[in-house]
Amino acid sequence: MEASRQAGASKSSRRTFLELFLGSSIVASLVSFLYPVIRYLIPPAAAELGTNTVLAGHVTDVPVNAGKIVPFGQRPALVIHTADGRYIAFIAVCTHLGCTVQYRSDLQQIWCPCHNGIYDLTGRNVSGPPPRPLTPLEVHLRGDAIYLARSSST
Amino acid sequence: MRKLRSLRHWFYERLGGEAVFSFLRKKKVPLHRYSAWYFLGGITLFLFCIQVATGILLLLYYRPTPEEAFESVRYITAQVPFGWLVRSIHAWAANLMILFLLAHMFSVAFLRAYRRPRELTWLSGVVLLALVLTFGFSGYLLPWNTLAFFATTVGTNLIGQIPWVGHWLMVFLRGGQDVTGATLTRFFALHVALLPALATGFLLLHLFLVQIFGISLPPSIEAEWEAQPERRKEIAFFPDFMARELMAWYVALGLLGTLAAFRPWSLGTKADPFAPAPAGIRPEWYFMFVFQTLKILPAYIGPLTGEAVGVMAFGLAALLWALLPFFDRQAQGRRARWMTGVILFALGYISAMTLYGYWAAR
Repeated sequence: MEASRQAGASKSSRRTFLELFLGSSIVASLVSFLYPVIRYLIPPAAAELGTNTVLAGHVTDVPVNAGKIVPFGQRPALVIHTADGRYIAFIAVCTHLGCTVQYRSDLQQIWCPCHNGIYDLTGRNVSGPPPRPLTPLEVHLRGDAIYLARSSST
Repeated sequence: MRKLRSLRHWFYERLGGEAVFSFLRKKKVPLHRYSAWYFLGGITLFLFCIQVATGILLLLYYRPTPEEAFESVRYITAQVPFGWLVRSIHAWAANLMILFLLAHMFSVAFLRAYRRPRELTWLSGVVLLALVLTFGFSGYLLPWNTLAFFATTVGTNLIGQIPWVGHWLMVFLRGGQDVTGATLTRFFALHVALLPALATGFLLLHLFLVQIFGISLPPSIEAEWEAQPERRKEIAFFPDFMARELMAWYVALGLLGTLAAFRPWSLGTKADPFAPAPAGIRPEWYFMFVFQTLKILPAYIGPLTGEAVGVMAFGLAALLWALLPFFDRQAQGRRARWMTGVILFALGYISAMTLYGYWAAR
């Protein structure tokens, strides 16, 4: 009686052990299949983060009171030749939902057409939905060439 | 002739024709004043089949890279014989499919067809709706034109506003920090491989469940028929209902052909990631109500952006909508009237916000 109960208990514990063993083996193999797949799905960090200085063009490309969009790594940058003759530049990605902004010579402001967001010439968000100012870039003139650089202060 | 008949018999015997036909003959469809609504699901299915066929045709010429996508679609529409028609049918059928799917869903909701034991049929339908909307969102980008490029930028950016997981999800969808060629190949893989496989699976489940539980009778008709059993009227699914359904498909095909031939889908201009966004960016019409709602929300609600709150609110609403059968457990009474109110509100809100969106964008 006692012996058979003991046999039953050891049988059930052996079963439990086998079930546990089988279950954890299945889980472990699933994890080992899925982990590389999930890692594969997430793209590697882009190399463009290394972009620091870019030749934006020639001063004649940007007339007074006009703007020009140039590639800055994989992002667009906006170079503006202001009405008072200065060159300024920003990353041209609207801080609201990521549309590409443009210079409006009639307003002398930076405008995002997607949701009518407006920034002033310091990049500050002054009207519409943008929550933050534009990211500024440094402008360096070397002879007649305009170079843009990631701002050292940010 | 006799050979043909014996061949048919050969297949009939080996495919279990007896069982199939006796099932089809036994299957009945109730006939009453709301019976017309039973056609909508079938029309959606028909349009899905058209999408598969025209999608395969487009695949023969389409190339999913930023350099070639726009040109290959232009090649299809301008050079390939009837290419303009195939692309136009694909674009129009996509929109009609979403329209009929929404109409099917709301008719099911109003007629209470989701009630016990059909909860899983409803849930599989909600999954199909999500898949079809993802089809629309991913397919919109594939021609790589300016409107689609910025609509995708805005759309994925909105997903990025979801707290905690949003940014990760956005990078996952875009295949990087920005909308680039990596996004295009991702959306392409989604559109032509993953989504069709998932949609076919859920579609088969949906149809299988409809076969198991039969076609639902609205509670009001059920009550009428119980009071007056002589008014009960049913027709056989095969061939009577099938013949009517085929007629409905034919009408849908006529409408689709007319739209595709006389209003060919336009291509727009090629996307340039280094050009300013054009004015008048807007999503496809079926996302307009979301877009318009987000537009009228304030920039910040508490510590979160208005967009983040809006996106989460829509997510919650979609979840509650999927769980509709579990709230609605009484055919009659106060609870049932309340449910009608909720469904009416959903329909009214979506319609009103869509119209407002187009009115505001004039």
